[in-house]
Amino acid sequence: MENKELIQKYLDEIVISAKEIGRDIILMEICGGHTNLIMKYGIRDILPKNIRLISGPGCPVCVSSQYDIDCMIELAYRGIPIATYGDMLRVPGSKYSLDDARAKYGKVFEVYSVQEVLKLKEEYPDIVFFGIGFETTAPMTAFLLKNNVCVYSVHKVVPPAMLALADEDLKVDGFIDPGHVSTIIGRKAYDVVPAPQVIAGFTPERILRAISVLLELIKNNKGVVINGYPEAVSEEGNKNAQDLLEKYFYIADSKWRGLGELPKSGLEVFDDALNAKIKYKDILKDVPEPVKTGCRCGEVLKGLIEPSQCPLYKKVCTPESPVGACMVSEEGGCAIAFRYGKENE
Amino acid sequence: MCYAIPAKIIEITGDMARVDYGGVMKDVNINLVDNLCVGDFVLIHAGFAIEKLNKKSALESLEIIKRELKNLEDGE
Repeated sequence: MENKELIQKYLDEIVISAKEIGRDIILMEICGGHTNLIMKYGIRDILPKNIRLISGPGCPVCVSSQYDIDCMIELAYRGIPIATYGDMLRVPGSKYSLDDARAKYGKVFEVYSVQEVLKLKEEYPDIVFFGIGFETTAPMTAFLLKNNVCVYSVHKVVPPAMLALADEDLKVDGFIDPGHVSTIIGRKAYDVVPAPQVIAGFTPERILRAISVLLELIKNNKGVVINGYPEAVSEEGNKNAQDLLEKYFYIADSKWRGLGELPKSGLEVFDDALNAKIKYKDILKDVPEPVKTGCRCGEVLKGLIEPSQCPLYKKVCTPESPVGACMVSEEGGCAIAFRYGKENE
Repeated sequence: MCYAIPAKIIEITGDMARVDYGGVMKDVNINLVDNLCVGDFVLIHAGFAIEKLNKKSALESLEIIKRELKNLEDGE
């Protein structure tokens, strides 16, 4: 079937289900990649009035705390070489970003893959990798730990955040689960979250299909997890990656920007000798907790407000000069809203 | 950040493989996925293969990515 026909088919199904359900429905997508597609293709606008899509905390850069960025900047200031993914360089700490720290102190390296960190380690044996990302990205950091690279981990795991959101004031009726996080953790990892869920791939057709299936589940009152991306996601997930995570990390409580500290939602480095938070604790002990800026990132991340409802949005906070992390990352809710010029009422 | 892109394996040397993203070649680590062969389609994230795809769906995604790129080039 042509894509156009498929889209029409799923839309027809969605319209019928929406009518049958009758009440207002809130669906949340967890992955920044999904948010981007939904905004780019205007999917929110073509859905029936009673079906509302909101964006969740699906951007690892956006949920990392300012304090951790300040800690990395402090290490750079002390001359310790730092490597991390590009997205993380531009996020403002309380005074400036890692990108600014690179200009001031040098030895801050942007990498695309951890393989580059291993090369950097030959020249800078004490290099610290700022490990960020969800389950998709954490195995690569485990690979570095396996190769004795020191890591400052802000890695986070998705299902505990979904559980926390399920407890919020905002009632989410169903979740569009992330695609590539699921490749690693497998379908069954979401069974702990008691809500209708569909794992989706990364095309508009697949997102519409996920919405159609979600409405079907809601209509029939089924809190189950359907794998809508079987070509890349299995029931059990990637065992090799899971084994690496288990060997080099332990599950710890973790601070999420906007959501606060969530139990058992982070990955912490198992080996103290390779954990930068412990190795450099004397340097890091004086880094103060950041003060608030008026940025409402936290509420955007929880789907409580749209980006345009933040007083800073498009006024003092723009992609060129971001205040909050949601405006920095390509997949942050505010940056996406800015990019596609969509102001939701 | 969790973006992953399908690519075809062209050559395997130990833990590494050369993959083809529809014209662009890159060397990636294949440690995380067992039993890969030349010709397999894999999903690549941050320099690592994270899963083997079935060929039809990989081709389908590649087509879609090509379409996207073309849209961009056409000044969408």
